[in-house]
Amino acid sequence: MSWFFLLSGLFLGWSLGANSAANIFGTAVATRMMKFRNAAVIAAVFVILGSVFSGAGATETLGNLGAINALAGSFTVALAAAVTVTWMTRLRLPVSTTQAIVGAIIGWNIFSGTPTDFQSLTKIVASWIVSPVLAGVFAAFFYLLARQTIFRLKIHLLRRDAYNRVALIVIGAFGAYSLGANNIANVVGVFVPAAPFPPIRIGSLLTISGTQQLFFFGALAIGVGIYTYSYRVMQTVGNDLFKLTPITAFIVVFSESLVLFLFASRGLQQWLLQHGLPALPLVPLSSSQAIIGAVLGLAVAKGARGIRFRVLGRIASGWVTAPVIAGLLSLIALFFAQNLFEQEVVATEPFELSPEVLTHLKENRISTESLLPLEGSTYRNPARFRRILQQTGEFSETELRQIFEAARVDTFRIDTTEVNKGVLTAAQYRSLRKLQGEVFSHHWEIQEALARLHPEWNIDLTQSALERKRLREVLEMISTSCRIS
Amino acid sequence: MPVLFRKTKEMESKIDDYLDLVIRGGLLFKEGLKYYLTGEMDTFDERLASIDSLESEADELRREIENRLYTQTLIPESRGDVLGIIENTDAVLNVAAETLMMFSVERPQFPTDLHQMIRDLGDASVTCIEELIATIRSYFRDVERVRDGTNRVLFFEKEVDTIADRIKRKIFHDDAIGHLSLKMHLRDCIEDIENISDTAEEVSDRLSIAAIKRSV
Repeated sequence: MSWFFLLSGLFLGWSLGANSAANIFGTAVATRMMKFRNAAVIAAVFVILGSVFSGAGATETLGNLGAINALAGSFTVALAAAVTVTWMTRLRLPVSTTQAIVGAIIGWNIFSGTPTDFQSLTKIVASWIVSPVLAGVFAAFFYLLARQTIFRLKIHLLRRDAYNRVALIVIGAFGAYSLGANNIANVVGVFVPAAPFPPIRIGSLLTISGTQQLFFFGALAIGVGIYTYSYRVMQTVGNDLFKLTPITAFIVVFSESLVLFLFASRGLQQWLLQHGLPALPLVPLSSSQAIIGAVLGLAVAKGARGIRFRVLGRIASGWVTAPVIAGLLSLIALFFAQNLFEQEVVATEPFELSPEVLTHLKENRISTESLLPLEGSTYRNPARFRRILQQTGEFSETELRQIFEAARVDTFRIDTTEVNKGVLTAAQYRSLRKLQGEVFSHHWEIQEALARLHPEWNIDLTQSALERKRLREVLEMISTSCRIS
Repeated sequence: MPVLFRKTKEMESKIDDYLDLVIRGGLLFKEGLKYYLTGEMDTFDERLASIDSLESEADELRREIENRLYTQTLIPESRGDVLGIIENTDAVLNVAAETLMMFSVERPQFPTDLHQMIRDLGDASVTCIEELIATIRSYFRDVERVRDGTNRVLFFEKEVDTIADRIKRKIFHDDAIGHLSLKMHLRDCIEDIENISDTAEEVSDRLSIAAIKRSV
């Protein structure tokens, strides 16, 4: 049954492959610098590698936006996004899978009553604006650099052509890897919280987590999309949309890939944080918008002639229409899936306002006075819980989200054999062992219990952003490994 | 890496070899014309035979280059331009060879006082070819300099026109050449020489456009 529910995600993956691969290899194929078959194989292989090895970062941000906890819900959300993408593409309206899925997730949040994480939403929307600008700046810079270099080195036309072919293959592979890393979240991200696959252990060395298996299947769907349908799109992108020479094609694809990579690479983010540099959030982007940004940057560097602002306006309108349509479609589809097809699109989760929860909230600077009359009560329906909270006090969406996070009841039993010890310090491991066998019903209780045992578990503002991020990741890993479903 | 780009290097040297042949063809024409005017017909025939075999060699090389450009789908963006340039350059060599052949067959009798001017005409035509070849090389390696090169080709083409004009006037105003048919024959021969730089000019025009297309 779980396979059936994955189908909508795979459909979304297929359409992503059919559309986005053209942004990487379109010009190379259309200008006959590369054969379609070679381009498709390289793109498919590297999309899979990028998805499986670097897909987690952007997926996490998407997961924070809305953790869809029932498989039928994930199916409906992915379907709403896929239908939006297909429909808008048929109407020849600019659309991106990323924007459709974000809209559809918010649709689920509204339907289920789960508060939307505005911090993640702001990060995502801001990145949509920043990414084409950044791609444009990169493209302009690389264009000027390439022009200088080519004039200085005086490379023979044929040699340049040969170098360019190799460069297009290398950059295409890098682009496909970045696309997989950045966009796999769109395809299977909504399935992660309700991931249906148990981890596979190969010997004692390698464990392929359920999420990684999910990424693999999603990436496979992207690969199939590339192989079966991207040829036509490549011809369109390469020939109709903008006429690029092989060298400018290389610059555009490189700039686009770099932007996708910057917004997907955990390693790079950690390196930047380590060196005290501002790091970019790991957010799924639209590869089409990045490439359009790059082409514009190039046009500006070339003297800003012939930019068609009407086309630009049309493209920008996609930023608004795609998420809104997908959100509405998701709401309607969820309603029908729940009431007509009687599918569980929102899993009932218990929420409790125990004295401990209220104390925890108070420590996190949330006014709990209005919640005192509700002390000790439990709720099973998130929509009802939200209604009651809103009736009792005036909470912002962010505060509501914090209350939801704190009040959600789960079961965790600390079992150090389940935990990846490699990421813990000796002191951290010792304190964790002291909790062996203990049971917690909220994830934040684990952190508080550990912090009481050793100061290394404390999260405070004196730490660097990187330290805080690492600690949160370790705690997340512990609670995921010790969760009893 | 060297293995990866071996074919490219081979192709580069084939194009260079082809351009070398055209330059040599120009020099053979100049020599042939000189020996014709001094009446050293044995040496003239030698030069004629040389330019003839050189033309066949250049034809073969050109076909191979064109073939490879297509079968290996090299320089897809500039292929059409490069083929056009190479084919038209071949026409320059053909015109030079045909002109010498025509001299050998028709044996035009130029008055002695025209000899120096005809030599100048030949020299300017060959300089025009040499400038053209240098410009083609620039097109491949340093596209920014194509503009300077095409300007030089145009300059020498004009120079050829001016000299040819002077010769033709002399032919028709000179009473020493009696028959109108003789005057017309000599004029045709001069026009044949003129044709070399005209063909070079056509290639140069193509080069200008191709260079604009190549600017990054």
